[in-house]
Amino acid sequence: MNRRGLPARVWKERSAYVFLLPGMVIFSVFTLAALVFAVYLTFHRWSIIEPDKPFVGLDNYRDMMHDERFVESVLNTVYFSGASVPLSMVTGLLLALLVNLPLRMRGLFRAAFYLPVVTPFVVSAILWKWLYNSDYGLFNYYLLQAHIIDDPLLWLSDKNIAMPAVILMSVWAGAGFSMVVYLAGLQAIPQELYEAARIDGAGAWHRLRYVTIPMLRPTTLFLLVMGIISSLQVFTQIFVMTNGGPVNRTTTMVYYMYLWAFKYFDMGYASTLAFALFLMLLVFTALQLRLARRGAVA
Amino acid sequence: MTGQFGLRQKALTYLVLAPLAILFLAPFAWLVSASFQPMGEIFSSTPHWIPQDATLEGYKGFLNVGQLTKAQQAQGHGDWRWFVNSAVVAVTITVLQTFFNALCAYCFAKRRFPGRNGIFVLFLATMMVPGQVTLIPNYLIIQHIPFFGGNDWMGNGGHGWLDSYWGLIMPGIVSAFGIFLLRQYMLSIPDQLLEAARIDGAGEFRIFRSVVLPLCGPALAANAIFTFQGAWEDFFWPLIIMSSPEKITAPVGLALFVVQNRTSWTLLFAGSVIAALPMIVVFLVFQRRFVQGIALTGIKG
Repeated sequence: MNRRGLPARVWKERSAYVFLLPGMVIFSVFTLAALVFAVYLTFHRWSIIEPDKPFVGLDNYRDMMHDERFVESVLNTVYFSGASVPLSMVTGLLLALLVNLPLRMRGLFRAAFYLPVVTPFVVSAILWKWLYNSDYGLFNYYLLQAHIIDDPLLWLSDKNIAMPAVILMSVWAGAGFSMVVYLAGLQAIPQELYEAARIDGAGAWHRLRYVTIPMLRPTTLFLLVMGIISSLQVFTQIFVMTNGGPVNRTTTMVYYMYLWAFKYFDMGYASTLAFALFLMLLVFTALQLRLARRGAVA
Repeated sequence: MTGQFGLRQKALTYLVLAPLAILFLAPFAWLVSASFQPMGEIFSSTPHWIPQDATLEGYKGFLNVGQLTKAQQAQGHGDWRWFVNSAVVAVTITVLQTFFNALCAYCFAKRRFPGRNGIFVLFLATMMVPGQVTLIPNYLIIQHIPFFGGNDWMGNGGHGWLDSYWGLIMPGIVSAFGIFLLRQYMLSIPDQLLEAARIDGAGEFRIFRSVVLPLCGPALAANAIFTFQGAWEDFFWPLIIMSSPEKITAPVGLALFVVQNRTSWTLLFAGSVIAALPMIVVFLVFQRRFVQGIALTGIKG
């Protein structure tokens, strides 16, 4: 049956191609063509305001290697991911363990912890920007009241506190997602394992340490990969809360790319920066997949 | 775990959970309260959780009801059209994307045609590409769409789809991730069902509409909910392509408010409440679907 000619088979299944057409057109233009165009841009000095868009070979890549602000943006991004991902996951796991207990109001608690996840990110960022306000913000007010600090903190304009402040807000906004995913993972653990552990005399801590956490390994890995990939692309909080400041301390890779593309209008260099991000994401995804495979074998 | 969960443990759990929940919810409570406070009260040395001098000024500033105060006029006022824009764009993207994703997913899951695997692998491979890489070229592509926004057939001379709803909507009407999700789900539909419909003389589109779609309820719902959420709060893309103050979406309008250092926080808080409300309502109504959706995407991922 498969011996029939290719044109005949294509004709017979023509409706499938028709169904795929709208999707394929959009995909070809805004993903495939865009990707090729992005590569093309990195080899050009492409300013929207200048008519000349000369080919510059590897200049953009060379510039990037020697760009101190770029290196700084990478470090800032790594700092953000390195802190916000584990913190969101640990918080999420803790919340999941708590709201998985047989409580009457657990549905209410789950909703409460998940609410920040469904709140538009811009709204959360605006809200937290106010909470961090050094003169009128709630953080300073209550910390001063409790005599934990003696002078108001300049949350978003102190170069050492700005990034931790953004991280704290991001953990608040993202922990609920980890919670829900962990909940699904928890509910998939067979109860017999806990019973067996109990018969063997394992206390609550040991059951958590030797049953729950190992059984949640795939969930943890999934959250880790997703978390790293999305946190490396952090932008909205930075744009709204700090504008990359103070003194570039919160300028992340995507924010830096935004500056080059839409403030300095150098699309070529901005595309090169985007590829640096792409490369970092690839490294992390590959690393994580390898870890997963090794974990599955062992 | 249920066995030993006595009264004392229960009380202890509540004792841990309650403060945590308060910490998570307090910012929302403050937001809602502040949106009813006049400027003087927001900027007072002791924060008020209950507005002492409640006002609708902030909401009025957005709905453009009555006279705008001098301060509002000086600082630029809110615009109800931001929310309408967001709603129109998000609903359109959600409807179109769910439909086109399903159509593509059906072909990849249930049809056998030359080139299927190649195209599918291409789709999958691009799922690894972060949106930022295609953002800049897409900005330029949008600018050069032929025949739109004063462009000639070569795509030059005008602004194309920049600052237009076309530009906001079109790139969002398919998603590789959504297609992948729906395809995985559709694989579980038995082939015999489709064969039976075919033997009964149903056309291919009829099979898709009357047999496949009704069987994909949960997956379609997940796709629709997450697409709506993503489109409603999308920020980067509308930020760079939209420029007319009356055409921008709510997140962009609100964010620019802050970035331009305008100080009418009453207005800003009211706008934030309006922007957050639809998603919170969707979540509270479809709570179970949300959790199902995350499980569906999460476990497979």
